[in-house]
Amino acid sequence: MKCQHCDRQAVFHITELETGEVRELHLCEDHARSYLNQSEAASETPAGKPSGSGTPLGVGQTAEELSVLDQKTCGMCGISFFEFRNQGRLGCSHDYVAFEKELEPLIANIHGATEHVGRRPRQAAAIVMPAEGTEGLTRLIGLRLEMKEAIAREDYEKAKENRDLIREIEETWLSPSAASPTPPEATP
Amino acid sequence: MKIDTLTDAIGEWLRGTGPESDIVMSSRVRLARNIAHFPFVSRASEQERFDTEALLRERIAAAPIGGSLEYIDVGHLEEIDRQFLVERQLISREHAEAQGARGVAIDGREQVSLMINEEDHLRIQCMHSGLDLAGAFEQIRAVDEEIEKVVPYAFHPRWGYLTACPTNVGTGIRVSVMLHLPALVITRQIDKVFRSLHKISLAVRGLYGEGSQAMGDFYQISNQTTLGKTEEELIEQVGDVVPVLIDYERRAREFLVRETQENVHDQVSRAYGILRTAQTISAEETMQLLSRVRMGVLLGLIGDVTIPDINVLLVRTQPAHLQKIRGVELDTNDRNIERARYLRHHFEGGTEPAN
Repeated sequence: MKCQHCDRQAVFHITELETGEVRELHLCEDHARSYLNQSEAASETPAGKPSGSGTPLGVGQTAEELSVLDQKTCGMCGISFFEFRNQGRLGCSHDYVAFEKELEPLIANIHGATEHVGRRPRQAAAIVMPAEGTEGLTRLIGLRLEMKEAIAREDYEKAKENRDLIREIEETWLSPSAASPTPPEATP
Repeated sequence: MKIDTLTDAIGEWLRGTGPESDIVMSSRVRLARNIAHFPFVSRASEQERFDTEALLRERIAAAPIGGSLEYIDVGHLEEIDRQFLVERQLISREHAEAQGARGVAIDGREQVSLMINEEDHLRIQCMHSGLDLAGAFEQIRAVDEEIEKVVPYAFHPRWGYLTACPTNVGTGIRVSVMLHLPALVITRQIDKVFRSLHKISLAVRGLYGEGSQAMGDFYQISNQTTLGKTEEELIEQVGDVVPVLIDYERRAREFLVRETQENVHDQVSRAYGILRTAQTISAEETMQLLSRVRMGVLLGLIGDVTIPDINVLLVRTQPAHLQKIRGVELDTNDRNIERARYLRHHFEGGTEPAN
């Protein structure tokens, strides 16, 4: 993850709890040091406002923007962008679609590019590769999660429905012996 | 079972053969792959990890390559055996320390390893002795092509192969060479070399080490980016810099012999002396001294040791290897005593025939 103030790697992840407000900060070593020094100085001043808005770093604004992004979640695996930023690991391959806008600057920063130009998986007999890649198959991740939730709230009808749908998709698209002419989206 | 047969064998990267093997220990290519319809490992439930492992294990076993692979259930291995596989470079430290269903499939020559449920569902690695990135890539591509026929890899037309960490997205390829650069270390040129490598976005890491502190003058150079270039271009990026580094190291070695022959001869002889006579010795010191002796052999200053011999000692004196060979678990102190004993015995018994 990048530092909020420069292009370096964020190595300090700070959670500020002030006046009922939670604020996340992701900073490189240098920016973390200057931020921490500042908040120390601020807390020493009796009349000092909490080190929030108005710091020369413009932290408040960035944090606000980030908090909006953070609430976004993936419809398949359920991970929020906030969780990804904290862990540095994505939840499933659908995240690249769900968070495409958010990931784009990050990926551009890491690789200096935003388009894959290398190899592609060859279309196998049993596994049809739709035009949008294997994105259609990520639906199974969401269906499984829904099924688990349905079982938890004892909605067995919904759970059974999902189980059948999962089986159908798996049998049609994923068994090594299967070969079907219709793309996965066509399944009900 | 297989772990014990591995103890007696010599891994591919220890063979000490192949082009430029006086400086290039090994060439490695790895690919990060995921299955489209399962969450990434860190997000997967216990059941999903289990299902992912089962699916990959079964389909890989049924593929043509499956016949030449041995599967090891890493999730049920003792810690020392997992550590052993790390020292052998067949699994990563992260894979050894992770939780839940996971495993590795290895070919008999220890060139190919397929880690299941590491950071990504599948990490394919191919390692060749000496400088042979093209050969390693050709081999790994064949393995990858077999597996993609039976497993739906997560792939997106714009982002390429999708990975748990965006630092690997695109080709999912990591190309690396392990170099032995003692003369650049002695002549204090190594930092300058690394700074210039960073400028062309190549990463440098030590052998076994996580940090930049390399043990025994062994360094791993690899690509940092994986998106926006083809696999071939990324291989070239690493491959192009290797001849330059080899040339620097050779010139530094020549310089040492020309200008400080007595000093160098003294250093390598003392290193050799300690290895043959010490009563207790740490893994780090052993690596450092073996590195010096290795250079001494290559400079013709030590006559009765071979390079493959030293390569083997480098790995067999690692903690887990030592304990597997001895057949008992040992604490650090006892390991240091056992390591010294092993080295003395090895050098007393003379060397194995050279290849």
